[in-house]
Amino acid sequence: MTEEIIIAGFGGQGVLSMGKILAYSGIMQNQEVSWMPSYGPEMRGGTANVTVILSDERISSPYLRVFDTAIILNQQSMDKFEEMVRPGGTLIYDPNGIIQHPTRTDIDIFQIAANSLSIEMGNKKIFNMIVLGAFLKIRPIVLLDNVIEGLKKSLPERYHDLIPLNKQAITKGMESVTQHIVKETTVS
Amino acid sequence: MELIDIIRPENQVFCKTKLMTDIPLSYCPGCGHGTAHNIVMEVIDEMGIVEDTIGVAPVGCSVLAYDFMNIDITQAAHGRAPAVATAISRIWPEKYVFTYQGDGDLAAIGTGETIHACNRGENIVIVFVNNGIYGMTGGQMAPTTLPNMPSSTSPYGRDTTTMGFPLKMTELVANLPGVYFVSRQSVHTHKHARKAKKAIEKAFENTRLKKGLSFVEIVSNCNSGWKMTPIESNIWMEENMFPYFPLGDIKVDGILK
Amino acid sequence: MSELKLMKGNEALAEALIRVGADAYFGYPITPQSEVIEYLMTERPELRTGMVVLQAESEIAAINMVYGAASTGKKVLTSSSSPGISLKLEGISYLAGAELPAVIVNVVRGGPGLGTIQPSQADYFQSVKGGGHGDYKLYVLAPASVQEMADFVEDAFDIAFKYRAPVLILSDGVIGQMMEKVYLKEQVPRLTNEELIEKYGSWAVTGKTKGRERNIITSLDLQSEKMEARVRHLMKKYEQMEQEDMRYEKIQCDDAEYLIVAYGSSARISQKTVELARKKGIKVGLLRPITLFPYPKKPLMDLTPQLKGILSVELNAGQMIEDVQLSVEFKVPVAHFGRTGGVIHTPEEILEALQQKINNTWN
Repeated sequence: MTEEIIIAGFGGQGVLSMGKILAYSGIMQNQEVSWMPSYGPEMRGGTANVTVILSDERISSPYLRVFDTAIILNQQSMDKFEEMVRPGGTLIYDPNGIIQHPTRTDIDIFQIAANSLSIEMGNKKIFNMIVLGAFLKIRPIVLLDNVIEGLKKSLPERYHDLIPLNKQAITKGMESVTQHIVKETTVS
Repeated sequence: MELIDIIRPENQVFCKTKLMTDIPLSYCPGCGHGTAHNIVMEVIDEMGIVEDTIGVAPVGCSVLAYDFMNIDITQAAHGRAPAVATAISRIWPEKYVFTYQGDGDLAAIGTGETIHACNRGENIVIVFVNNGIYGMTGGQMAPTTLPNMPSSTSPYGRDTTTMGFPLKMTELVANLPGVYFVSRQSVHTHKHARKAKKAIEKAFENTRLKKGLSFVEIVSNCNSGWKMTPIESNIWMEENMFPYFPLGDIKVDGILK
Repeated sequence: MSELKLMKGNEALAEALIRVGADAYFGYPITPQSEVIEYLMTERPELRTGMVVLQAESEIAAINMVYGAASTGKKVLTSSSSPGISLKLEGISYLAGAELPAVIVNVVRGGPGLGTIQPSQADYFQSVKGGGHGDYKLYVLAPASVQEMADFVEDAFDIAFKYRAPVLILSDGVIGQMMEKVYLKEQVPRLTNEELIEKYGSWAVTGKTKGRERNIITSLDLQSEKMEARVRHLMKKYEQMEQEDMRYEKIQCDDAEYLIVAYGSSARISQKTVELARKKGIKVGLLRPITLFPYPKKPLMDLTPQLKGILSVELNAGQMIEDVQLSVEFKVPVAHFGRTGGVIHTPEEILEALQQKINNTWN
């Protein structure tokens, strides 16, 4: 099993840390992992993305142009990464702020309204965990228990009291993800 | 009195500095470097700290200081001696670490390293020999060359409107809080050499007490570079260098004078 | 027992540095390697092992601090990125000339000039063809994973002290910035000063003790004949490195008709290209030089009878290709592929380049 994922959105959305938790979860189940961020002098709120690979074998390239799954959290990332999902692959996105919805019919597309759900749940910071939950529902590549273990590893101990809230958010994401059907008319 | 009675140890009034090697000095006759070397080595010998002393030699006339000083010594790239000494002192805090540098090395190419080592208050001794010219490379203008003073790269005299003013590094570093002791001396007479030695002693003593950085400038002559006889050069130095670079202690026990 | 962690390459290198019992780190921040000094400052190695960490005022000061510490036989490392390494080259030349053991890390970014902060391999020439002035070479290790960023610290110090020579770890922004699993070795205690003097007292400046001649560290010989002897002595060391310490890795080379030669991040990306190509039935292998000097000349030469073409894949405009060509003595056609300026080539791009060569030139 190898899963090649791009997570892309705004800086501050927890894109990098979500990738890190996913990578840690992979380690918890003895997988090989890589986490390759875009880096640079980007302003707060600018674009941020990270390529995460989980595999049962030694990982070759940490840098990819074709992905099994794209998790897209803003319009700029949609413009860039929709076309990079392999045919038959998966695209998960938060419709918040998306003007041009994805149009491909050769991939599976899912929506997760993580932004509004996080507001409902009263904590914007768990946004990325809701997204992670949605991803794990669609692509159950790591067990929830291992994600919790991964969280413990990646969070400093002083934040461990937040783990139940994170778990709640992941569950919320799992429950709330819906398939997005691309209408024929939008394709033409 | 027989000769044998005269050369008894108790009658000895002068001898070669023990920590100087037998290698003939490469300095021009009349140059102050030899005396400056001597007093630094005498201080180390008299304090009994040779086993705990590590020297850093510069680039310039005294690049071969390691040939003459019979101590463990490493030779730094041009201007970088304070950085080299910083590392040694940090990693061997119980050692006495000193640099021996000329004006081109310390006040031109190594200005950054000098100021920052001083500003960090490294527990080292910097011996700065200032003769107002680049001796080794053949008499070019130094940062400390006096106004209107000729050199091979200021053949019509240093024009301060285009070449800037002589840099008073010693006064400059004295203003930094990490610097504990700053003194300017000369070695052209016995009297001056004795005072210079006192200053060097104080500097090494400060290292022992972990007081931070001690900076001793020795204003010296360069009779070859200045195109004078040794005696002429010493008189010229007194008349021209000392007014611009006045001798004496500038900062003692961390307090500006 | 080793410890498993998820770390950035830069952080893994910094942690490994503490654990190998290094005595000092001197550096100056520059993207994309600032995590090294940030990690060290956060970890407080002065409390863990007594290791000294100092942020210098410049890369020039940092490399000269390395020179100072190495003069005394201590285990010392500095890291920087391309423009910073250019500044350090004077000091690196002095380290080579004065025969001092030290480790320098370059997490390469695109150049020339201020260039870009994105990953690149454009410092290949600078690393293996001298860079600084004079007749010298650096032993150059090219890590291709976070694990190697950690492991090569120990390997680099072993070589540095074996030969009393500076060693370069040539990484890049990909390897420095990405996170992977890394197994960290147990803490090795730092040498005590007594142990150090016992091991290196014959040359290190640690204070002239009774019963031994003074030690002098210098790279200066004003007599030409003496300087020539010094250069010959250095060349002998480099020959010995070639004989004893050249390293490389071969992947799927047994039946290969085509070969990709790539190091560091390019080797990782090219490995994916090999996977993709094999699925299409193209018999391609990968040779990854682990040491860029000494270069795996013979392993490359040995493969020539079976090869129809070699693609040198580098994140630069074509630098290592010259060493590939020299290694195979032009017996096999060698082409270059690589993106520059911080653009990272994808496995698919490399495959396209390979297929083009196969279809148009090599058959």
